[in-house]
Amino acid sequence: MTTILAIDTSAIASAAILRAGAEGTEVLARFATEDTRSHAEVTAPAVARLLEETGLSGKDLDAVVAGVGPGPFTGLRAGLTVARTLGFAWCLPVHGVMSLDAIAADAVAAGAPERFLVATDARRKEVYWALYANDAGTPRLLDGPHVQRPADVVVDELLGAGGAVYGAGAGLYPEELSPVEAFARTQPDAVALGTLALERLARGEELLETEPLYLRESDAQVPGPRKKAL
Amino acid sequence: MNRAEPLILGIESSCDETGVGIVRGGTLLSNTVASSMDEHVRFGGVIPEIASRAHLEAIVPALDAALKEAGVTLDELDGIAVTAGPGLAGALMVGVSAAKALAVATGKPLFAINHLVAHVAVGLLAEQVFADGLPENLGALLVSGGHTEVLRVRGIQDVQMLGSTIDDAAGEAYDKTARLLGLGYPGGPVIDRLSREGDPKAIRFPRGLTQPKYMGTADEPGPHRYDWSFSGLKAAVARCVEQFEARGEEPPVADIAASFQEAVVDVVTAKAMLACKEHGITELLLGGGVAANARLRELTARRCASAGITLHVPPISLCTDNGAMVAALASRLVMDGAEPSSLDFAPDSSLPVSTVLLP
Repeated sequence: MTTILAIDTSAIASAAILRAGAEGTEVLARFATEDTRSHAEVTAPAVARLLEETGLSGKDLDAVVAGVGPGPFTGLRAGLTVARTLGFAWCLPVHGVMSLDAIAADAVAAGAPERFLVATDARRKEVYWALYANDAGTPRLLDGPHVQRPADVVVDELLGAGGAVYGAGAGLYPEELSPVEAFARTQPDAVALGTLALERLARGEELLETEPLYLRESDAQVPGPRKKAL
Repeated sequence: MNRAEPLILGIESSCDETGVGIVRGGTLLSNTVASSMDEHVRFGGVIPEIASRAHLEAIVPALDAALKEAGVTLDELDGIAVTAGPGLAGALMVGVSAAKALAVATGKPLFAINHLVAHVAVGLLAEQVFADGLPENLGALLVSGGHTEVLRVRGIQDVQMLGSTIDDAAGEAYDKTARLLGLGYPGGPVIDRLSREGDPKAIRFPRGLTQPKYMGTADEPGPHRYDWSFSGLKAAVARCVEQFEARGEEPPVADIAASFQEAVVDVVTAKAMLACKEHGITELLLGGGVAANARLRELTARRCASAGITLHVPPISLCTDNGAMVAALASRLVMDGAEPSSLDFAPDSSLPVSTVLLP
């Protein structure tokens, strides 16, 4: 049996404790916010409540898994900081999973076509997106993640006409991104992320490090030479 | 919780330094600081997003190093303290997230404390300036890249802001002026060094907010009697450089640097002395990174001496942002019987000095 704590703060803040056994993966406790701007406040207290609900402590866990984005910087860092610090304090390995994979896993479970896109809100009128294959019930990343304006994502070229785009990023820009209706509000979530991580660990696959996928540099501009008088 | 001699780990991430310090009661055990200063050089100032990214990478290594250096384990701690504000919002959130996670992982109480008051509390550490407790009639002058403040400290939980900058911090003015003069970043040390070769009276730069309409009188204080402004000074330096260039002359960089520094140090100390005199302050703590500036230390010492004020300056490693000061403040609060903060608190980038500990 493998028991993990999964955290994702790439869009909403979510956390879950999951256990993989002979019977499959069981969600022992879960938490998710609606909003996308309170991650530094809520993430660690949520973990405390999950532990309380399950009666587990750090020594009952085998690993911490964190969504590494892409996502808005400040919120993303809150989850990664919590995950890394918990791993340090509990002496547990901390693994990363690309956050869009969580939506891709849900999409595949809901019968996604052979090729599909996942998109989330990158703010500033852009989306984070990635191209996946439905590989016999497992999502396989083909391209991405990228950050672009919705109109610049070449959906038809990547998927053919009438292609399916999963996730809240598509729901925000329905004209450009042909959203799958049932997924038009779906955000990366710790339950899907953790489930995927447990499957990958069971298959003996390597998970990612916990380096954040910011995809954008900071906005800072290197100052140019000072304008001379005259 | 051990309230007699609590073992406290403090985390600081309000600007570009990731600090973790550990104290036992009033004894400093370790003080680890990682700075992202080098990454800000090409921008000529602290870029909040770059600082925040660096905090994420530095926080766990800093925790590890501070615990090892102190020779203690997380289990032994009596509490965890963290800067809740004031500071850069995104930067604060990294330290706060780490502190909350540590509190969750260990079950230890969490103390969300005020960064500015921590700069004062560092003086309470053993072998520091106030080892026997805070003196009566205490004030603090904090000067750094993010702060310029004069405080009255009646007690560690009773702090009042007397004056502050209304625009740039003094250290920020140094950085911007250094950039204007092509001296690189950070501006403080290089301007301080170059000033020794220049004439501080070569150019008369403005002292912000010193006109009568801002000052008023002791009985009827104006709106900015103890406040500073450095944005006009920065503009005056720019105009000065341009005038030399317009005449086809090379600007006298050392004279400009010395005259700029004199303007800053003169107005900072003059207003601080005025605030002290008018509020019965007889003991003054100098803190913040600009406390490393030779001319500021010299003029503050001279003006304090002639005003009958005793000046206290902690070692520079404790004047700049660090985690030990955060731990020192929390340790004092625990010894005074303070209750921990709720795990749900939000960092506050403009936390007032009247809030020493978040509920």
